[in-house]
Amino acid sequence: MSGFAALLTRDLRLAFRQGGDVANVVAFFALAVILFPFGVGPDPDLMARIAAGVLWVTALLAALLSLERLFDADYQDGSLEALSLMPVPLEIQVLAKCAAHWLTTGLPLTIIAPLLALVLHFDAAGYPALIAALLLGTPVLSLIGAIGAALTLGARRAGVLLSLLVLPLYIPVLIFGVAASEAAALGLESRPHLLLLAALLAGSLALAPWAAAAALRQAFE
Amino acid sequence: MQRFANPARFMRLSAMLLPWSAIAAAVLIAIGFYGALFIAPPDYQQGEAVKIMYVHVPSAWLASLVYAVMAVASAVALIWRHPLAHIAAESAAPIGACFTFVCLATGSLWGEPMWGTWWVWDARLTSVLVLFFLYIGFIALANAFDDRTRGSRAAAILAIVGVVNLPIIKFSVDWWNTLHQKASVFRMGGPTIATSMLWPLLVIAAGFLFLFAVLLMLRMRTALLRAKLRALRFGT
Amino acid sequence: MAQFFAMGGYARFVWPAYGVAALVLVGLLAHSLIGYRRAQRALDAEERR
Repeated sequence: MSGFAALLTRDLRLAFRQGGDVANVVAFFALAVILFPFGVGPDPDLMARIAAGVLWVTALLAALLSLERLFDADYQDGSLEALSLMPVPLEIQVLAKCAAHWLTTGLPLTIIAPLLALVLHFDAAGYPALIAALLLGTPVLSLIGAIGAALTLGARRAGVLLSLLVLPLYIPVLIFGVAASEAAALGLESRPHLLLLAALLAGSLALAPWAAAAALRQAFE
Repeated sequence: MQRFANPARFMRLSAMLLPWSAIAAAVLIAIGFYGALFIAPPDYQQGEAVKIMYVHVPSAWLASLVYAVMAVASAVALIWRHPLAHIAAESAAPIGACFTFVCLATGSLWGEPMWGTWWVWDARLTSVLVLFFLYIGFIALANAFDDRTRGSRAAAILAIVGVVNLPIIKFSVDWWNTLHQKASVFRMGGPTIATSMLWPLLVIAAGFLFLFAVLLMLRMRTALLRAKLRALRFGT
Repeated sequence: MAQFFAMGGYARFVWPAYGVAALVLVGLLAHSLIGYRRAQRALDAEERR
C-alpha cells in the first residue's frame, strides 16, 4: 500500500509541477460545452434535451486528451522501465497512475460539470444523478484509457490510434452515464443505470490494471 | 531451420485441406443460397424481405466466431509464444472485419423496410459496431510499430481485452429492450424458426465457416511465405 | 421471373444486401488469392537467385 501511495504522490506532484494539464482539461471541457449553445441555437428546451449527452461526450473527449501522456513521459526517459523493476507490482503502479489521472482529469470535470449544466439548462432534478454518474464513470475512463495508453506506447501516430482503440470501449460508459443523467432529469429512475456504471467500475478496476501492465511489459521486451 | 519446423507442418496440412475446404465452401454456399432464394417460403409478416436474413445472420455468426478464434489465437500467442498463433490472429482479423461489415450493412438494409430506420443505437447494433471497431483497432495496432513483434503482442492484448464484448453481443437482446429481435436459433429450448427456413440458414452458415477456413489458411500461408522471403533477403 | 426479381416489393433492399455480401466476400477472397500468388512468385524468384 505504501508503494501505491508513494507512486500516487509522485505522479500528483509531477502533474502539479507542470500545472498545465488540469487547466488544459478543464478549459477544453468548458469551452467545448459553451460552444454548443452557439451551434444549436439558444432554445432552452432543445439544450435541456441534449445537455446530458453534450456533457458526457465533451467529458469523454477531455479525458482522452491527457491519456496519451499517461505513460509517455516516463517511458521516454526510461523511468517507467526502472519503476517496473521495483518490488511494487506493475498492476499497482498502473492503478496509481490511473488514480493520479482521475484526480487531475475526471474529478475536476465532475466538479465543473454542474456549473456547465446550468449553461445548458439541464433540469435541476438531474444534478445528483449527473454527479453520481460522473463520479462512477470518469474513473472507468481513466482505467480503460490506461489500457489504450499502454498498448500504444511508442507507436506511430499514437494519438489517433489511442482514440481509435479507446473510444469503442468508452461507448458503454457513455450510454449508461447519459441514461442515468437523463433519467433523473426526466424524473425517472436512475438507479439501474448507476448500478451498471458501478459494475463497469468494478469490472475495469479488476481488468484494466492487469491488461495495462501486460501491455507495458511487452513494451519493455 | 528449427524455426520453420512448425510452419512447415502447417504448410503441408493447409496444402491438403485447402482444395477440399474450398469445394465444401462452394457447394454449401451454392446449395444454401439456392434453398434460400428458390425453396424457402416468404415470411408471413416480412414477406420476401426475410431473404436478407440468409446473408445477414450467417455473417453475424461468423463475425463473432472469427473474433473468438482471434482471441484464442492471441492468448495462445502470449502464453505459449507459439509463432503461428500471432500469424493466425492477424490473418483472421481482416476476415472478421469483413463479416462484421457485411452483417452491419445487410442489417441496415433489412432494418429500413422492417423497422423504418437504417440504424438505431440499441444494445445489439451498438455492440456489433464496437466489434467492428475492435477489428479495425486490432489491425491498426498490429501495424503501428516499427518492431512488428511489438505490434503483434499489443494487438493480441487488445484482442483478449475485447472478448468482454462477445457475451454482450450475444445476450444484449435478452438483457435490454432492443429493437433487434431476440434469438430464434441459438436459444434454450431450441430454434423457433421454421425448418424450411432453418436448413438453408444452417447450410449457408456452414459454407461461410468453410469460406473462413479457406481465407484463413490462404492468408496464413501468405504470411509464412513473406516471412520466409524476409529471412532469405535479410538473413535469418 | 419478374416476380422473383421484384422480391415482393423489397427488391431495392434485398438485392443490394446480397450485392454487398458478394462484393465484400468475393473481394476478400480475390485480395487473399492475389496476395498469396504475389508472395509465391516473389519467393520463387528469390530462391532462384
